Amino acid sequence: MTQPTRIFKQSLATALATSCLAFAVPLAQAADKVKVGFVSTLSGPSSALGVDIRDGFLLAVKLNGGKLGGLPAEVLVSDDQFKPDVAKQLFEKNIKRDKVDFMTGVVFSNIMLAALPEALDNNTFYISPNAAPSSIAGKDCNPLFFAVSWPNDAYHEAAGQFANTRDLKSVYLVAPNYQAGKDSLAGFKRMYKGQVVGENYTKLGQLDYAAELAEIRAAKPQAVYIFLPGGMGINFIKQYVGAGLGKDTTLLLPGFSADQDVIKPVGEAMAGLFNTAHWSPDFSNPANQKFMAEFQKEYGRIPTLYASQGYDAALLINAAVRDTKGKLEDRAAVRKALQAAKFDSVRGPFKFNTNQYPIQNYYVRVVGNNPNGGGLINKSFGEPILRERGDAYVQDCKMKN
Amino acid sequence: MSGLLVLEQLLNGLQFGLMLFLLAAGLTLVFGVMDMINLAHGSLYMVGAFLAAWLVGITGSFVLGVLGAMLLTGLFGMVLESGLLRSLYRRDHLSQVLATYALILILNDGVKMLFGNDLPLSAPAALAGSVQLLPGLNYPAYRLLILGVGLLLALLLYLLVQKTRLGALVRAGASNRDMTLVMGVDIGRLFTLVFGIGAALCAVAGALLGPLLAVQVGMGENILILAFVVVVIGGIGSIRGALIGAVLVGCIDTLGRSLLQHALREVLPPQWASAAGPAFASIAVYVFMAAVLALKPQGLFPVRA
Repeated sequence: MTQPTRIFKQSLATALATSCLAFAVPLAQAADKVKVGFVSTLSGPSSALGVDIRDGFLLAVKLNGGKLGGLPAEVLVSDDQFKPDVAKQLFEKNIKRDKVDFMTGVVFSNIMLAALPEALDNNTFYISPNAAPSSIAGKDCNPLFFAVSWPNDAYHEAAGQFANTRDLKSVYLVAPNYQAGKDSLAGFKRMYKGQVVGENYTKLGQLDYAAELAEIRAAKPQAVYIFLPGGMGINFIKQYVGAGLGKDTTLLLPGFSADQDVIKPVGEAMAGLFNTAHWSPDFSNPANQKFMAEFQKEYGRIPTLYASQGYDAALLINAAVRDTKGKLEDRAAVRKALQAAKFDSVRGPFKFNTNQYPIQNYYVRVVGNNPNGGGLINKSFGEPILRERGDAYVQDCKMKN
Repeated sequence: MSGLLVLEQLLNGLQFGLMLFLLAAGLTLVFGVMDMINLAHGSLYMVGAFLAAWLVGITGSFVLGVLGAMLLTGLFGMVLESGLLRSLYRRDHLSQVLATYALILILNDGVKMLFGNDLPLSAPAALAGSVQLLPGLNYPAYRLLILGVGLLLALLLYLLVQKTRLGALVRAGASNRDMTLVMGVDIGRLFTLVFGIGAALCAVAGALLGPLLAVQVGMGENILILAFVVVVIGGIGSIRGALIGAVLVGCIDTLGRSLLQHALREVLPPQWASAAGPAFASIAVYVFMAAVLALKPQGLFPVRA
């Protein structure tokens, strides 16, 4: 973990340095192309998210005429098969053999954390299009790591704040019994000022929630908030609505449990549900209008927030290559350009914090009929629920420069 | 903790158990009669759910969708048995595990190519509400339907196995396959039929659970583990064992997630109860299986003497 630091310090010091030139950066030459290693989960039951990130990323490259920052772009796409060890090997191959300039793509935090040292120890930037765990926001922050998505607990904080503004006085919380489940509910409770009448930690991968729904009915909360990623959330929402709980209890969701990949299997029952996210398909900024139109033209489906994150990751790399005029060997300059984040994000205002995690707005969305026809889609409230929000861990980050 | 809540949780456990039974019934027969470990049994459940969702979408009728899925999955099971699995019977268990694991991967991606990653499937509108069983106890109508269908199928299957000639042959095959062969029974055709029935039951489970659970690729793997637990608890090859084992597993799982938590809160300090409760609930079923195996290694209702 010390090597990148050494190189940064030295590249800053080359003007002064007279000795110890062994590691000194040669005079940066403009590269003739940009290589990006894209590793994501592209097969198996959990592949929908990775596929959307990939499609968003490749769309941005395509709309750019196959270039990033004016240089021909080569994106090496590979499938981690939802396995941390496979991801680690693919990172190693991309970095040592293919000598990529940037790594990106991974969906899941546990897979990314296994593979990430390959990039960071070999002085390669990792641009995270999704996973943004609190450890890397805080004490493990790294100059080579940029999260262009949202901190793992940001949606939960936004939901807690939304419960406050709606004056929901009591809430029942459900999450799987593992670390991310507890962290997520901690994020909700950090913001929420009302009373938590119940906290239920369920089995990971649980199918049937009848027992929990009976407990909720008995506890009579005003609202229910769940962190149940993937199929667990689909099961819970279907059964919650089927049990008729929706009539007197408000169900709040994190944005990823109410996006197109959940709306499709759950169906009509999703209508009217509130959720929180950093992006919404109805954002009117020109970058998002273009993204929504081009994505649907290219792939024939409505993009999820994952697709928007893949698209933004490509735009960020594009800006960094452009602003360094292709001198990718000069890591300090590339990092500076990445930090500046001079691109028009589809989410609207965006900038990096000192820990290289985003400072951005979070919005409440509600699922409703698509004005353009064809099923349900999210629509955002105009005003953000959290404005220019960073994360709760940045003070623990002692960034090495 | 009121008595009504306990009653509701028992209904939930029974309903979950009956669905597990539909899966375990086919699994225990294939395992018991053919001595074949079929990991792809959960994939038939997935195929059934996808076919039901697809057919409901086309016909607009939930009943037609479920019946169609049952028929098509049964046929698919028979084709699979006679075309591929038959050649595995004489192999050892490791080869069977490998081949049927490969089948899981193939069927997962096959379904994904045909139908996509997931399909919507909702309960019929007439069953969307809840029914008042007792004053103060409202139970979702759709879950009552599942309970009813599950009980009906369990009864039919019991009559089929215990009272018909086909059932006698199946039982004979389960207790001593070689002797049954020597008695002149065409065991190949019997196996194909049994496999088809098992597949059709999987489809019923998949179709009925579809409106409660996500109809998505990979849905069969999660539930298969519980179905295997049921088979082991009930005794391999025993339909009666599968029924009783399934209801026990369903109730233990449900009550472990509800009553046990309340009980722990009474006897333990709060921070211990909140840590121990969920941890124990997720292993309760397996603890029960270990206890059964320690006391009765052949399961509750052993078929082979």
